[in-house]
Amino acid sequence: MRVKRVKRNWIKIAFFLIVFVVFLAAPYISFALLGSNYLTELLTQSLIYGIAAFSLNLLLGYLGLPSLGHGVYLGISAYTTAICLAKFHLSPPVASIIALLIVIGSAALFGPVTLRARGVYFLMITLALAMVVWGLAYRWVSLTSGDNGISGISRPQLGPWSLRDISNYYYFVLGIFLICLFIIHRIVRSPFGRSLVGIKESESRMRTLGYNVWLHQYLCFLIAGFFAGVAGVLFIFYHGFISPPSLELTPNIEILLMVALGGPGTVIGPFIGAIVIVFLKNFVSAYTERWLIILGAVYIVTVLYAPGGLMDVVRLVRELVRGEKKVGKKAPNGY
Amino acid sequence: MDFVILQTFNGLSYGALLFLFASGLSLIFGVMRIINISHGSYYLLAGYIAFTLMQLVNSYLLGMLGASVVIGLLAVLMVRVFLRKLAGNDLGQLLITMGFALVFQDLALLIWGGDPSTINVPNFLNGPLVVGHFYFPRYRIFMVLVAIFIGFWLWFFQAKTRVGAIVRAAVDNEEMACAMGINVPVVSMSVYALGAILAAIGGVIGGGFLSIYPGLDFELLPYAFVVVILGGRGSLEGAMLGSLVVGLVDNFGKVLFPELSYFTLFAPMVLMLAIRPTGLFGKK
Repeated sequence: MRVKRVKRNWIKIAFFLIVFVVFLAAPYISFALLGSNYLTELLTQSLIYGIAAFSLNLLLGYLGLPSLGHGVYLGISAYTTAICLAKFHLSPPVASIIALLIVIGSAALFGPVTLRARGVYFLMITLALAMVVWGLAYRWVSLTSGDNGISGISRPQLGPWSLRDISNYYYFVLGIFLICLFIIHRIVRSPFGRSLVGIKESESRMRTLGYNVWLHQYLCFLIAGFFAGVAGVLFIFYHGFISPPSLELTPNIEILLMVALGGPGTVIGPFIGAIVIVFLKNFVSAYTERWLIILGAVYIVTVLYAPGGLMDVVRLVRELVRGEKKVGKKAPNGY
Repeated sequence: MDFVILQTFNGLSYGALLFLFASGLSLIFGVMRIINISHGSYYLLAGYIAFTLMQLVNSYLLGMLGASVVIGLLAVLMVRVFLRKLAGNDLGQLLITMGFALVFQDLALLIWGGDPSTINVPNFLNGPLVVGHFYFPRYRIFMVLVAIFIGFWLWFFQAKTRVGAIVRAAVDNEEMACAMGINVPVVSMSVYALGAILAAIGGVIGGGFLSIYPGLDFELLPYAFVVVILGGRGSLEGAMLGSLVVGLVDNFGKVLFPELSYFTLFAPMVLMLAIRPTGLFGKK
């Protein structure tokens, strides 16, 4: 048994090494396969949305609070960076730091309002806050340029590397992504992360055990907002453009779909969801105009057939291969 | 003073349209606890269906009837085939209605194209009604009257009839209603269909006022959510007052504080949620 487990660990390590090498080599693979940076572009997007999905997963997968307005933190951060750069001509690092501070500030402000609600009401109130922010972005023309959005944000120089080159920016995003993944992994595995799951399972029980439930939720809310803010900064430097449609209902629900599709409550699942959606949106829309129908179908199929997400499918396959069968064991983190 | 009267009238007529749309959403939210993202699709599809029907038979009334029947059937199908399986799964229901909203929007784009279509209203509703030196468009007056008419019958149905009592019981306490021998799944399905039909009527009436175009479904949803949140889930009085407030605030906000107009609309809602999460008339 022991030998078997060691062997399994080796397979795991080898698998992760291969994935890591593939991600490192992605710009070269993209050139070799397509002769262009297309694949690199899509992977950069996936990594950025991956960070956003990770952060929403903290709320949905670990705390059990489905937020319908999580894209708003990404939007606030992207807008703040863009405004700092375009209107106040600050340097990119300063603009990014201000953006992150503002995101944490707004999460700190929104937290007490939203955390009073649960379930459907939590969905509603996060949606309401998202609409407030969207309304401001749309109508506060003197600050946000309204419908036109803010454009012309270019990527800065980082030491000897120009991030304008998409390959360089890809590696930069990959680096930030890995740091975020590491931190989130540590948070989830820490006693704090465990108590979050405890709160998801039963708030009253955790309260009886002496945990400050509200404070845990609030901290988790702040952390989730912060990481969405990180994704927002990367987002604005990637696209160089932000406008009110990025804050509408659709992109907000899309991040929810990424988490639900990948597997809420799993560490890597949301990123897989992000990859699938980003590639689907770009590839399918290149081949057919009817890609909205296909995206809609993905929503429907996910809900009906993969309630635990793709990671659940992976788990099932793995159990099948090993010949293990855990009778009556439900998906550990289905919503 | 003229300004106030005209803007009040405009806000009132817009509120009337919102009431038709949002009261259905509120009923559905109240009874089934579903955030029905497809609600805008029902409005949109009904508008288009009526548009096509009226090109065939040239009757406003038949167009409205046809659209309501089709949307009602569609709603029953949605509940029976999909939503019933997901009872109690808030997020699943939200995501699946979102999926259908995307599918419906794209189908509408495929069938009717992207150009705005406007429903031709009967002749006697065209033109203004002149009162003193005011010109009130007749169609807007018609909208207000329809909303009052439907609002009254909904209220009568909910407050005075046995069926209404059953629906109220299902809103207040589902388990208890079940225990009393009420077939809650059937009640839920009927309420969902009724809500969808209300959205359909809204779509046909709104189609003669705003035009219909893909994307309108998602544009209207936020307003309806504000109405539901302000009024409280499943409350008819709440939906009525909420639509009135939203119609007026939206109109005056856009005229008086254009830079903050959406803020003036959404901020009271957030405040309401923070102070009284169940809305004005909602129950725990």
